[in-house]
Amino acid sequence: MLHKPDIEVMKDRTQAEEVVLRGRQLTKIYDMGEVRVQALKQVDIDLHTGELLILLGASGSGKSTLLNIIGGLDVPSSGTLSYLDLQLETLDTDGLTEYRRRHVGFVFQFYNLIPSLTARENVALVTDIASDPMPASLALELVGLSERLDHFPAQLSGGEQQRVAIARAIAKRPDILLCDEPTGALDSETGKRVLAVLEQVNRETGTTTAIITHNATIGALGDTVLHMSSGEIVDRISNETRASVESLDW
Amino acid sequence: MTSLSRKLVRELWHLKGQVFSIALVVAVGIMSVMTMRGSYDSLVRTQQIYYQDTGFADIWAPLRRAPESLRERLANIPGVSGVDTRVSFLTTLDLPDLEMPAQGLFVSLPSRARPRINDIVLKAGRYLDPDESSEVLISEKFATARALRPGDALTAVINGQLTELDIVGIAISPEHAYSVPPGSLYPDDKRYGVIWMGRDSLGPVYDMDGAFNEAMFTLEPQASEAAVLAAIDRLLDPYGGLGAYVRSDQMSHQIMQAELDQNRIMGTAFPIVFLGVAAFLLNLVLGRLIATQRGEIGVLKAFGYHDREVGTHYLLFAMAAVVLGAIPGAAFGIWLGQGYVRLYGQYFNFPHLQYQPSLTLLIGALSISVMAAALGALAAVRRAARLPPAEAMRAEPPALFRAGWLERSGLAEFAPSSVRMILRNVQRKPMQSVFSSVGVALSTAILVMGLSMLDSIRFMMDLQFNVIQREDLMLVFDEFLDAEVLRDLENIDGVTRVEPYRSVPARLRNEHLREKVSLQGLAPDARLRRLVAGSGQVQPVPDAGLVLSATLAKKLRVAPGDYLSVEVLEGRRVQRSVLVSGVVTDFMGTSGSMSLNRLHALVQGPEMVSGAFLAVEDQALNRVNRYLKGLPAIASVTSPKSMYDSFQKQMDDSLYIGIAFLIAFASVIAIGVIYNGARISLSERGREMASLRVMGFRRREAVILLLGEQAVITVIAIPVGWFIGYWLAFGVASSIGSDAYRLPFVVGPASFIWSAVATCGAAVFSGFLIRHRLNRLDLVEVLKTRE
Ligand SMILES: Nc1ncnc2c1ncn2[C@@H]1O[C@H](COP(=O)(O)OP(=O)(O)OP(=O)(O)O)[C@@H](O)[C@H]1O
Ligand SMILES: [Mg+2]
Repeated sequence: MLHKPDIEVMKDRTQAEEVVLRGRQLTKIYDMGEVRVQALKQVDIDLHTGELLILLGASGSGKSTLLNIIGGLDVPSSGTLSYLDLQLETLDTDGLTEYRRRHVGFVFQFYNLIPSLTARENVALVTDIASDPMPASLALELVGLSERLDHFPAQLSGGEQQRVAIARAIAKRPDILLCDEPTGALDSETGKRVLAVLEQVNRETGTTTAIITHNATIGALGDTVLHMSSGEIVDRISNETRASVESLDW
Repeated sequence: MTSLSRKLVRELWHLKGQVFSIALVVAVGIMSVMTMRGSYDSLVRTQQIYYQDTGFADIWAPLRRAPESLRERLANIPGVSGVDTRVSFLTTLDLPDLEMPAQGLFVSLPSRARPRINDIVLKAGRYLDPDESSEVLISEKFATARALRPGDALTAVINGQLTELDIVGIAISPEHAYSVPPGSLYPDDKRYGVIWMGRDSLGPVYDMDGAFNEAMFTLEPQASEAAVLAAIDRLLDPYGGLGAYVRSDQMSHQIMQAELDQNRIMGTAFPIVFLGVAAFLLNLVLGRLIATQRGEIGVLKAFGYHDREVGTHYLLFAMAAVVLGAIPGAAFGIWLGQGYVRLYGQYFNFPHLQYQPSLTLLIGALSISVMAAALGALAAVRRAARLPPAEAMRAEPPALFRAGWLERSGLAEFAPSSVRMILRNVQRKPMQSVFSSVGVALSTAILVMGLSMLDSIRFMMDLQFNVIQREDLMLVFDEFLDAEVLRDLENIDGVTRVEPYRSVPARLRNEHLREKVSLQGLAPDARLRRLVAGSGQVQPVPDAGLVLSATLAKKLRVAPGDYLSVEVLEGRRVQRSVLVSGVVTDFMGTSGSMSLNRLHALVQGPEMVSGAFLAVEDQALNRVNRYLKGLPAIASVTSPKSMYDSFQKQMDDSLYIGIAFLIAFASVIAIGVIYNGARISLSERGREMASLRVMGFRRREAVILLLGEQAVITVIAIPVGWFIGYWLAFGVASSIGSDAYRLPFVVGPASFIWSAVATCGAAVFSGFLIRHRLNRLDLVEVLKTRE
């Protein structure tokens, strides 16, 4: 099994070009009896340390499928996937759970907060099982919610809920932060705030981050932009410089 | 506290209504175990110790008279480990304030030692002094009922002589733990008591000096009861043996055993029903909880919670409900058990009768309920544990509605849209609807079963006292008298009718099957006491042949038309083959009846009668009683009315409390099932309800749509419950009872109606609870949250 200290070394900013996660020939086929849906077709993907990756594509193009596989929520039908030295495609359910537990943070389109827990407790839910978490209140402070620690999800706006979800994802100090349409349910102003938080976390903590979005303008924010269509990566753009969130026109 | 346990606590609180209702069902389950099984265990333990301490006999053998020298030969019968003999008689007691003569059963005790078989336990006073011939011990119930204490005096008619006796002690005996006058089923402690007297004093009075009229035996562990019985009968026949019988035919033991069996059966059946319902409800509630929390489960897993951690989290919901129910349930059960055993103590006189449930029982009951809950939760919890994390992120697919039988039947076209919505919801979840209906049906069934027991008892009592025993007084003569005496009785002022009867001990045989019975000779034109079948139909006394109780016919494997060998156990002890001319289903005792003349002919010798039934004018009853009390030839006078009264007293004491509990328990199930069902519909269809309300539906209309489903389930459940209850009642009626009495199977129309009313009441109550929630439904809130 993996040991946290090794990863700390890998996280060193001087090795910014280190490939953290490498996927080769990833395919995913959903077999539903009569219908077979090929959601991913031999996709190659690399995630580098500290990289901010934006994943674009039409609905149904396979973005979530790819992200779920990267995050160990789902397994590829074929292909190889490694996180550092760890071959993910060989892991069983428990192994994948362990991988997620130690290395991955998720942010979902519909926040998926636990309604019966307050903002702070929702974050604590994850820090409870992390080995080196930041205090829940610190994570919430990072997303600008220090005033809302003891509010229940129902007492928060959509944007605030999404920021709690981000705090929850970063509080465990994940090595990879995966966000599936984090702004999908938000208006543009709130969406921008959320993106600003994600960008800031990526910049300040060096967490490798992948963000799925429908919105092409968001692409300017990332180090790398991938375009997906019908289960394939059809375009790969590297930005020399990342645009700031304020400059986005949306 | 971890965040996950905090989630558990908060959600338990949020679902408190549902958790509470399930906990209640569990509580009743555990309670019934603790009360009924706990009482059963306590009673059995006490009974065993009592039997052992007093040397309770295995076999009793009454006879006319045998010399004490026979004892040796009785002891030598293979299989017999101990023999004791005694003298016992039933006689009249002269009690000052009673209009009716009371009865005393005189039983001898060894004057100089305690008996080795069938000893007594002294509760007050002292044992008999061998030198004081007038000293007696009396039975505790009788002493209490008559407020008699050691030092008091008692007057009895012994062998025709008024005799003054000195009470020196109060005692109890396992032979009379359930103490009923001969021929009755209910205690009548004011008018019946057991009186123990020294053998040296009692024997001579009855001309039993150096002789005995009852032998008692204990058996070696491997002895064959049947073989020993036959050997005893063979030895005692020349001495007027009246037929030996085993412990399971001993009245007190038999009735006690029937009660114990009932507790054992109920103490098993009840928890099965309740824990089964609790398991179903947990399955329902957890299933729904997990369906609504798919996203949350996904998040937990995405962040690295293990499947088993997630599974355990949901399993703890079930465990919380169990613990919440089990602890108060067990406590209440123990409390109720104490009362229950105390109630038993009023009828069964045991030393140190105490409710002492074992720790094993408590632990067993708790683990069984935990297991039931786990079983109920298992499917739902597994679903949660197995849910692939990516899958969990997706919203639950919309509920599948298909055209069902409703559409195919074409009925839908006529039904208003609200009815269509309700029926479709029922048929969308067929299994859940079926289980819910079965749950509610069980509640109805429990009521039908409980109420039918009341019906059965009422029916039996009504039959016994209004159809069979129509006499005002039943006389038992001290010894057989010739018919002359009847004319004397007829001449008593106020007596309007006298009918003689003769009762003859006999042994019936069909090949190797033998049964001891008392043959009844009845006058063919009798009106006071007739042959009545269980259906209430009067059966004519046949000119020839014997009419047997159905139970007896079954035991002897004979049917009308067969012949039985009859051995008369008195007089010339004639043996003859007699035709079985009929079989009657009756509920009390077992008997063989024939016409009086035929019986005289069978017995041969002088035409004697053993007693008479009297019809007496109401206003003359007291006077007649007083007169009869003074007649030494009369051993006992019983009045069906006073038996009926003591029965009624017992009914009032315990049965109505029992019914109240039964209704409460049944309601717990009905409310549990209906309330949870409606809560789940509300959770599944909250949006739909809110949308309807937004569209302008009134609250009442929305409620009807929501609760309609539960109403349909209830309406289906009631007839199903009637059906199940009918067969449950049948099962209970056929499994309870003994030779002493059997429970007729009766379910009155009122029982069906009341069970339905109680179930509907519980349903309506659940509806009110839900309606309250629906009224508070925040429209904006519901519509704002995503599906
Ligand atoms: N569990 C599943 N079973 C069958 N087909 C699936 C399943 N999950 C995804 N698909 C199919 O796989 C393809 C890719 O789905 P995916 O969710 O990755 O798309 P996406 O790019 O995230 O779309 P969107 O932008 O709408 O979220 C789609 O055609 C989808 O219908
Ligand atoms: Mg997607």
